[in-house]
Amino acid sequence: MRTIRFTLCLAILAAFTAVAYAQQSGELLIKNATIMTASHGTIENGSILIRNGKIVSVGKNVTAGPNAQVIDATGMYVTPGFIDAHSHTASEDPSVNEGTVSVSAMVRMRDVVNDRDPNIYRQLAGGTTTIHLMHGSANSIGGQNVVLKLKWGSTAEEMILQDAPRTIKFALGENPKRQGNQANPFGGTGRPLRYPATRMGVAETIREAFTEGREYMHEWDAYESAKKRGENPLQPRRDLKLDAIADILRGKLLVHSHCYVAPEILMLMSVADEFGWKVHTFQHVLEGYKVAKEMAAHGAAGSTFSDWWAYKMEAFDAIPGNAAIMARNGVVTSINSDSADLARRLYQEAAKTIKYGNVPEEEALRFVTLNAAKQLGIDRRTGSIDEGKDADLVIFNAHPFSIYARVEKTFVEGELLFDREKDIQRRDAIAREKKALIEAERRTAGQQQPSQQMETPPPTLTEEELDGHRHPERRKN
Amino acid sequence: MNLKIRMNAATGGLLAALVSCICALPALAQNSEYAIKDAKIVTVTGAVIARGTVHIKDGKIVAVGERVNVPGTAKVIDGRGLSVYPGMIDSGTRLGLTEVGSVQETQDITELGDFNSNAKAVLAVNMHSELIPVARANGVTSVITSPRGRLVSGQAAMINLDGWTWQEMAVKPTVAMAMEYPRASGGGRGGGFGGFGGQAAGNQREQARRQVEALEKKLEEARNYANAKEARAKDPSLPARPADLVLEALIPVVRGEIPVLMTANTEAEIKGAIEIADKNKLKLIITGADEAVKVASLLKEKNIPVIIGPVTEVPRREDDPYDRNFAQAAELHKAGVRFAFQTSDAAYVRNLPYQAGTAAAFGLPKDEALKAVTIYPAQIFGVDKMIGSIEAGKAANLIVTDGDPLEFRTNIKHMFINGRPVDLSSRHTKLYDKFNTRP
Repeated sequence: MRTIRFTLCLAILAAFTAVAYAQQSGELLIKNATIMTASHGTIENGSILIRNGKIVSVGKNVTAGPNAQVIDATGMYVTPGFIDAHSHTASEDPSVNEGTVSVSAMVRMRDVVNDRDPNIYRQLAGGTTTIHLMHGSANSIGGQNVVLKLKWGSTAEEMILQDAPRTIKFALGENPKRQGNQANPFGGTGRPLRYPATRMGVAETIREAFTEGREYMHEWDAYESAKKRGENPLQPRRDLKLDAIADILRGKLLVHSHCYVAPEILMLMSVADEFGWKVHTFQHVLEGYKVAKEMAAHGAAGSTFSDWWAYKMEAFDAIPGNAAIMARNGVVTSINSDSADLARRLYQEAAKTIKYGNVPEEEALRFVTLNAAKQLGIDRRTGSIDEGKDADLVIFNAHPFSIYARVEKTFVEGELLFDREKDIQRRDAIAREKKALIEAERRTAGQQQPSQQMETPPPTLTEEELDGHRHPERRKN
Repeated sequence: MNLKIRMNAATGGLLAALVSCICALPALAQNSEYAIKDAKIVTVTGAVIARGTVHIKDGKIVAVGERVNVPGTAKVIDGRGLSVYPGMIDSGTRLGLTEVGSVQETQDITELGDFNSNAKAVLAVNMHSELIPVARANGVTSVITSPRGRLVSGQAAMINLDGWTWQEMAVKPTVAMAMEYPRASGGGRGGGFGGFGGQAAGNQREQARRQVEALEKKLEEARNYANAKEARAKDPSLPARPADLVLEALIPVVRGEIPVLMTANTEAEIKGAIEIADKNKLKLIITGADEAVKVASLLKEKNIPVIIGPVTEVPRREDDPYDRNFAQAAELHKAGVRFAFQTSDAAYVRNLPYQAGTAAAFGLPKDEALKAVTIYPAQIFGVDKMIGSIEAGKAANLIVTDGDPLEFRTNIKHMFINGRPVDLSSRHTKLYDKFNTRP
């Protein structure tokens, strides 16, 4: 069974990769489009010139060389590729939690990138081109995240955005507490209790890590300066966990903290102040609207959902006007998915903020493009349609904030990685190939003992289950 | 009469306030008369009236048309620039049966044991759930709320989203018997082939087969029970059988008087559900129906309607086309299969219009999309004489909008349920107002 699935995966992957014809060498001109730049307004009847994967020119009067490939986008809309600031797509480990300890700062998502996850392609089909693949939320201080460009058909190493700043996941509230409580609503029996069990304990877990990390950093700083002075000091013992904490203190590792309720948002900012670092971005932050002024004063960004609520107690005061109120108070705000479903329609989630919070259209677009890029520290490269930026672009058949809009084409760094027309054309060939593979496998299977191996669900909870987005009661079956 | 109603309203209001301080109040006035004038009227079952009037009296639509005589006593709503649509119907929710997803104490969805035909959702609906005003926000006025999770989960209800009591909310207290076809395939969503190999898969198939057998046996018992009861009614000398509430509740099911709302998702599950219905002469509605397109001709031939959604779920199999769920409604429509949309949820009922709209973006004609959240569910659940379109004689479940109700940027300006204007505020709007103006 495993063999069949694997073979099929390869076949499908091969089929998809075939479309990903290289665009990088030549010139590409998208013309006659309504261009929503996300940085400097909407250009009616405009053009975008792409060369070597970059946007070289955008505006009403753009000229291309005679050999440029041309896409006539009359009646179409072009937006920047969408950036999902909170994703668990393309992870080898569906659990995404190193749940045995409450501080797991040493583990790295870049070590477990699964470049064959079909959700990568599905999300490209929804215009998403960049994701922040995050560690889970079982730990007060979780692992290090990684930023990926969704280059379907490339290797994990090629998808990793190497020059993106490093980020680390923190988590506050119900999830990191859960393993400290016997009465786990998700049935966590058989696991030993793990400190902390309260929001007080979460705060102290973080303070303890930074107390230790600060001492560790001082030890190394003393060692390095002694070396510089020409002395021959004893090298401190390397600790991968404390290395990460020290990097936060040095401003080299940006903190993205999962949180829900107002008091824990204030708590983390006060702990950060105590140790002299900044919370870079609050994730989920469903009660950000209650303390938006304090977030803005600290300089923290907020990445939230458009309309999720009521799936757990700490999400009961969530409102769909959250993004609007945070943005209005000067918080750099984005809308993320945290879900393989929503990641295919971030533009629709942005549209909802217009409805529920009266957000201006371009600001709403920035919630899923430029602002998310800022939160990931990659806004010099992507997130808007500007000269010099990566050609991460989406072509829609209608205004992206209309329910009737559909993504027609998605480019990542100038490469056409999703094309609806070609996708539809390919379906018959894929179906035939699948049938042939299954028949071949059936013939072989008939000669062998039936396999005892069965696909089993992962023994640990997935992030969606842990966080309750896919609480069992929301499941269809 | 009026005074009495006001008093009831006051006591109810106090109660509601005790339950929760931010809950929107159910409509106060009854037996009032309203006229929505000079609005575009999308009746759904008839032609669109470019500019006309809807006259509402005593909870009902009494007249609709270009020229309608309305007495001066009616309260007039200026509909210029606005559109009137029937309130939308969500064909599958747990609204009123759950409050906070992760808090077990707030779940009233899944009873113990395999056979819960006597469990009635309507009895457990919390009229004052904070989720109800939120569910109404984008134009949903009625929902199917249903027990879930068992072979026979219980009785689903069609309720209106306004009322002081569940009796007042019920459009039809028992509208269908909710059942779940046993899952025969291994693995979960995104899984590949549960079809062959593996002992665990074999065990699951065997267990599913036994459950199907148990269900058919129970249905047979219900038929016998019904026959014995009927015979004794004619001939009292026959011995009395002890009353059995589970079998009693199955009598209208085996007689085909109320439909079975059977959850079945894969091609094999849908075919299995149809086989059970055929053998036992059940009236069948399939819900979930992820792979209904693969069984489309059979569904069409047997005139079995399907409830699909959420349209936005990730495709079940990793090699499914990326838009399988977005495009399914269009394909069913082309194949002539009757269908309606569901959110299959409680907190996200307000997103029902976007289920229909997304299906329209992927090929379903827009008017069909609107019908699949209005008149089609009313027809499928047998309440189309009461709700689902703007016609004289039907309950006045209406929305007045500033645009296409399936679009994100459209706002609901007024809502009527049973002819009463409904408060459009909710926990969300109140928290928004409070913190948007925080000093």
